[in-house]
Amino acid sequence: MEDIIIKVKDTIAQLNEEEKLDIDFPDSYIEDLAKAYIKNDLTDDELTELIRKLKQAYDRAHVEAGEAVGTVAAQSVGEPGTQMTMRTFHYAGVTELNVTLGLPRLIEIVDARKEIATPTMDIYFDEERRNDEEFVRTLANQIGKSTINDILSDFNLNYGTMEVEAVLDNKKIEEKRLDREKINAAIEKAFKKVDINGDEIVISSSKDSKSDSKFVIRELRLLADKVRDLQISGIKGIGKVIIRRDDEWIIHTEGSNLKEILDMEGIDHVRTTTNNIHEIGEVLGIEAARQSIINEAQNTLSEQGLSVDVRHIMLVADIMTSEGVVKSIGRHGISGEKSSVLARAAFEETGKHLLRASIRGEVDDLTGIIENIIIGQPIPLGTGSVGVKMDYKNE
Amino acid sequence: MKGFIKKIEQINFGLMSPEDIRAMSVVTVETPDTYEDDGFPIEKGLMDPRLGVIDPSLVCRTCGFRGGDCQGHFGSIELARPVIHIGFGDVIHKILRSTCNECGRVLLSQDQIDDFTQQIREAMDNKESLNAILKEVYRVAKRELKTLPEDDEEIDPKHCCPHCGAPQEAISLDKPVTIRQGDYKLTASEVRERLERISDEDSFVLGVNPEVARPEWLVLTVLPVPPVTVRPSITLDTGERSEDDLTHKLVDILRINQRLLENMEAGAPQLIVEDLWELLQYHVTTYFDNEASGVPPARHRSGRPLKTLTQRLKGKEGRFRSNLSGKRVNFSARTVISPDPNISINEVGVPEMIAKEVTVPVYVNEWNIEEMKQYIKNGPEQHPGANYVIRTDGRKIRVRGDETKELILEQLEPGFIIERHLKDGDMVLFNRQPSLHRMSMMAHEVRVLPYKTFRLNLCVCPPYNADFDGDEMNMHVFQTDESRAEAKSLMRVQEHILSPRFGGPIIGAIHDHISGAYLLTRDGVEFTEEQALQIIRKSHLKLPELKAGQWVLKQDPDFDEDSYIFKEKGEMWTGKELFSLLLPNDLNLSYSAEISKCPVVYPEEDATVVIKNGILVQGVIDESAYGSFSGKILDKIVKEYGPGRAKEFLDRSTDLAICGIMKTGITTSLNDEEIPEEAQDRINEHLDKKMAEVDKLVESYEEGYLQALPGRSLEETLEMKIMQVLGEARDMSGSIAENYLTMGKQYPEDSYDHVMAVENHSVVMARTGARASMLNLTQITACVGQQAVRGGRIERGYLNRTLPHFKKGELGAKAKGFVHSSYKSGLDPIEFFFHAMGGREGLVDTAIRTAQSGYMQRRLVNALQDLQVKSSGLVTDNQGNVIQTMFGEDGVDPAKSDFGKAANLDKLISEIRMESGMEGK
Repeated sequence: MEDIIIKVKDTIAQLNEEEKLDIDFPDSYIEDLAKAYIKNDLTDDELTELIRKLKQAYDRAHVEAGEAVGTVAAQSVGEPGTQMTMRTFHYAGVTELNVTLGLPRLIEIVDARKEIATPTMDIYFDEERRNDEEFVRTLANQIGKSTINDILSDFNLNYGTMEVEAVLDNKKIEEKRLDREKINAAIEKAFKKVDINGDEIVISSSKDSKSDSKFVIRELRLLADKVRDLQISGIKGIGKVIIRRDDEWIIHTEGSNLKEILDMEGIDHVRTTTNNIHEIGEVLGIEAARQSIINEAQNTLSEQGLSVDVRHIMLVADIMTSEGVVKSIGRHGISGEKSSVLARAAFEETGKHLLRASIRGEVDDLTGIIENIIIGQPIPLGTGSVGVKMDYKNE
Repeated sequence: MKGFIKKIEQINFGLMSPEDIRAMSVVTVETPDTYEDDGFPIEKGLMDPRLGVIDPSLVCRTCGFRGGDCQGHFGSIELARPVIHIGFGDVIHKILRSTCNECGRVLLSQDQIDDFTQQIREAMDNKESLNAILKEVYRVAKRELKTLPEDDEEIDPKHCCPHCGAPQEAISLDKPVTIRQGDYKLTASEVRERLERISDEDSFVLGVNPEVARPEWLVLTVLPVPPVTVRPSITLDTGERSEDDLTHKLVDILRINQRLLENMEAGAPQLIVEDLWELLQYHVTTYFDNEASGVPPARHRSGRPLKTLTQRLKGKEGRFRSNLSGKRVNFSARTVISPDPNISINEVGVPEMIAKEVTVPVYVNEWNIEEMKQYIKNGPEQHPGANYVIRTDGRKIRVRGDETKELILEQLEPGFIIERHLKDGDMVLFNRQPSLHRMSMMAHEVRVLPYKTFRLNLCVCPPYNADFDGDEMNMHVFQTDESRAEAKSLMRVQEHILSPRFGGPIIGAIHDHISGAYLLTRDGVEFTEEQALQIIRKSHLKLPELKAGQWVLKQDPDFDEDSYIFKEKGEMWTGKELFSLLLPNDLNLSYSAEISKCPVVYPEEDATVVIKNGILVQGVIDESAYGSFSGKILDKIVKEYGPGRAKEFLDRSTDLAICGIMKTGITTSLNDEEIPEEAQDRINEHLDKKMAEVDKLVESYEEGYLQALPGRSLEETLEMKIMQVLGEARDMSGSIAENYLTMGKQYPEDSYDHVMAVENHSVVMARTGARASMLNLTQITACVGQQAVRGGRIERGYLNRTLPHFKKGELGAKAKGFVHSSYKSGLDPIEFFFHAMGGREGLVDTAIRTAQSGYMQRRLVNALQDLQVKSSGLVTDNQGNVIQTMFGEDGVDPAKSDFGKAANLDKLISEIRMESGMEGK
C-alpha cells in the first residue's frame, strides 16, 4: 500500500512537471487512488489517465467563492431533523444498553451539553489482550460498579442486637474477580462499628441503640440499605458494564470516564472512546472533540437512515470548536458571542443586547447577513459579495 | 450621481443624555389628555400636532410635511423626580456595588484599573465580547461589609475603599429597581447623585463607555415621548377613538407626574411624596417593559396586559424578527396547489386571476413598443394586459378606462415603464413553507392557466415536501432584471435536481410515475405500431422516421451500431424500446432494480437493469431508476449530461409513464389484500405457536427460572424476550402473507393477459417503490402486530393492568397491546383501543418534533449564516476569522459531488477502459 501511494504521488508529480496540470489532491484522494489502483489492477497509463480525469472532476466540483456554505450546512443538518423519530431510547447495537438517539441526541450534540443523558463508552483492548477473556472480565469488574448487594449470599437484620448481618458469597466474589482485602477495607472505611469474621460481617448501628427507641428500627433499616449499596469496586462515573465479543472482546459501559480508563493497562488508546464530547475535549484536546462531534452527529443521522454529507457536519463541528473550546450553537455559544449587536438582538434576548450595546457604546459594522437584511442592503454573500465597477476610461 | 447607491457603513449605539432628549424634543408634554371634546388634539398633550401627523390631509407643524411623509418628532416629559430605567437596574446595582459610597471612586487599585482599562480597550478593538472582563471587574471590585463597624472597631482593609479608606457597606438590589444600602433604601435621586460622582475613567472600567454614556444617565430625569407615528390611534367603525397601548401608558405617567409635582409644590408629607414617586417608578418601568420580573404587568381595561416598548421589539412577533429580519412584500401571490403532470418540472401553472394582479415592470424601448401598446390596449381586465404605467418623470398612472388608455398610448415613448401582466415564460419564485432548505424556494417559468390553483409538476413535490391535501404555496414576481437573471442561473428547478445535502437527486419520480414506468417496461409489454406511435406522440418525443419500410427509432451516427433500433413495419414494439427513446445514446449503466428486493421476480432478468448505449436491454424501470432520493439513471443523467438534459428526461418520462399507466390502467381495492384460506390458517397457526411461546416465557418468569440478561433486571429481560417473540410473530405472519401477495406472473406456467390484467396492483405499488410498503400490505392482510407506547409494550392504564378485561399483573401478548387481527378482518375493541394509543403517541410525537427541530434549525442557521468561502478557498465568518482552511477538507461542493466524492473512481476507470477499448478496435 505504502509504495503504491508513493507511486501515485510520483505519477502526480510527473504530470505536474510535464503537463503543468497543477494537481494538488488532498491525502484522502491519493489513498483512494492507490486503493483503486490495487482493486482494479490498473496499468501505469490507466493510472495517469485516471489522475487526469480525477483532476478534471475535482476542478469541476470545487466550491465557488462566495458560496454560503454555512447556510447550506445548517439547512442540510437541520432539515432531516423533521424526519427523525423522537423516541429517546433505542438500542444501538448493544441490546443491553439504552442510548439516546434521534433528534434528542442531535440537539444534545449541537447544544454541546456538559451533562449528556446517556454517556457510554466503548472500550477496546490492545493486540495482546483483545482475545484474552480472563483479562477482559477482570478489567470489566474493575471498571463496572459493584456493590455489596452483588456479592451477598445472606443478609439479615438483627433487631435484637440492632446489627446488620451480612454473609458474603465467595463464589460471586470470585466470579466478579474482586479482591477480598479491598472489599474488607472498603467496608471498614465506610462504617464505624464493623466486625469482620471471614465471610460474615456484622455491622452495628453507630448510634447508641438505647438512646431513642422510636427511630432506632428505622435507622437500622437505613443502615441496611447503606450497606447493600456500598460500592466496593468500579470507576467513578461508570455504572453497568457489558462485555461483548464480536471479532474481539469489547466492553460497553453505562456512564463514562475517559481519563481513568485510558490510564488502565491493556486498553487500546486509539479506538477506545466515549460519546461525551466535552470529556473528549478535556482529555484528548479540541481536535479530538471536533472529530467526536463529527462522528457522533454522523452516526446519529445515519442510524435514522438519513444521509448528510460529512462536509456539512464538519463545518458545524468546526465552528463549534474554532476557538479552542467546545461552544454550543445558540444564545450561550456562537450566536451570543457575535460581534454584531443587531445580529444578537435579532436572535434572542433582544432587549438585553440593545441596552448593553448602548452603555458600552458598541459599534455595528454591518458585515453579517442579518444586519444587512435589517437595514435593507444586499447581503455580503454569494452574488452579493461581488460588485461591478464601470471603468469610465475605456468607453 | 444617479445610480449611486448609498451604503450604511456602521451603526453606533449609545445612550441619550437628558440634554440630548430635551434638544430633540419639539414639545414638552404636560397634559395627560389626548384630544379635546371637539376632536382636536390638545396643545402640550400627547397628541400635540407638533409630534407629527398621520392623517395625509394634515400638515405637520414641525416639519411642514403631510401625513405619510412626516416621520414624526419626539417630545419629552420632565419627570418631577428621577426614576431608574428598568433595563439598567442590575447595571446600576453592579456599579454602585463596585464604587466607593464616600468618594465615588471604583473600588480597585490604580494598577487594577489600568490593567482592566487595557483589557477592555483591547477587547473593544478586536470586537470581542466584554462580558467576561466586566464580570471579572464586578467580582474583584465587590467589597461588602454585612454591618457597618462601630467607630473604634478595627476594619479589615479589604472591605475599605482603596482610595479614601472608607468602609463599604453591602449594597443589594431588590428586584426590579429598589437599591438598598444595608437596610437603608436609596432613592433614585441618591442613586443618581452617586453615579454622577463617578469619573469618566472609572466608568469606563465599569462598562459604561464615557464617549457615549454617563452612569447617571441610567437614571431618567426626562422621558422622551415617541412621535404619534409610533403610536397611532385607530378610529373604530363606531367612530370611537382607540389609543395605542403606549399612549395609555404615557397618560398614566403624565398623570402621576402631575400629581407628584403638585404634592411636592404643596409641601405634602414625605410619605405621600414617596408613595407617588414609587407609583411613577412603576409606570415608567412598565412603560419600558411590561414583563419585567417582580413587577405586576400593567393592564388594559379589559384585563389584557399592555404591549409596551420591550414587547414591541422582542420575540417572534416583535419588530426584529417580524418586521426587520422578515418583511411583507408586494408582487406575491398565494393559493392552493394542485398537480399537473402535463407541465414541465420548471414550470408553474398560475391562475389567470393572479396573472392579472401581479405585474412585471418592463422598460419601453423601440423594439418592444408595439407589444407594450397592445398590453395597454388590453388594459387591466384582459389577460396579457397592463395595470400601471410609470412615465419618464416618475408619475405612476393607472391603466383604466378607454380615455386613459388612449392618453397613455399617445404619450408612450421609450423610457416609460409598463407594469404588465404576468405571462407565459416569466420567471417567478415559488415557495412552500416551512422553507427548510434552499430547494424550498425555486425559480419556475410561468404558465398562465385557467381556474384558481397553482399547478405544479409532481416531480417537484419532494423538494417542497408538498402534497395536494389543501397545501398552499407562495409565488413572488421579480421586479428587476438583476434578480431575474440571478434566479435564472442559480435558482431554476433543474439546477436543484441534486441536493446539496447528499449529492444525489432530490427531484424525481413519485407514485404513479414510478408504477407507470414499471407497467410500461416490464417483461412482455408490447404495443402495436399504432399504439406505439400514439404513445410517442403523446409523450412529446421525436417521431421516428420511416425509412425503407423500417421505423428508425435510434440511429445516431456518432455512436455504435449497438445503439440503433429499427422496427419493421407492423412489428410489435416493446415498452423497453419505447423507454429507450428517452435515454441519451451513449448511456451505459447497470444496477439492481427496486423490485430485486422481491423474493421472486419473474422473469428474473427484470430485477437487474442493463442499459447499453442508450438502450434498455433488460430490467424494469422503477424507483431505483428515477425516483427522488434514489434514482440511478436520473443521477447519472444530471451528473453527466447536465441539468437541462435531466429536466427533459424527467418531463418526457412523466409523459411516457402516464401513457404506460393508461395503456394498462392501475387500480387497487381490498381484493388486492385477499389471501387464500389456507394462508390465513397458516398465519393463525403460526400466531398461536408464538403466543404459546410467550406464555412459556411468562411462565418461566413466574416460576423463577428465567435467566436475566447481563445488566438487565428480570422484568426487563422478560419484556425484551417477549417483544422479540412478538416481533417474530408479526414478521412471520407477514412473510406468509407476502408469499401470496405477488405482483402477478411468478412462473412461466402462470397465465395472465400481459397488457390488461396485472394480478395485484397494490403489490406493484409497494414493490416498485411507488407508494406504501409491504409492511402496510401485510398489516392489512395478516396481522397488525405489537402496538408500542414509549418504545415498549403498552403498560399504562389501570393499576397493574392495561384494561379491566385482564387480570392484574397479566403479562400475556394480548394484555399488553399485541394486535392479532389484520386491518382487513378488523380489530376487536381491545385491540382497537391499544391501536389508538399507539396512534396517539405518533401524533404527539410529530407535533413535538416539528417544534424542536424547527428551533434547532433556527439556531444552526443563525450560528452558521455568516460563513462564506473566500476566493482563496478559506472559509471565514464575517469578522474574517478562519473557520476552515479548505471547505470540507477537500474543497468539494457536495451539491456538485457524486454522493460526497468529487468523482467515483470506479466509474472513471470503466470509462477509461471503455474508451481505450474503442480505440483498440
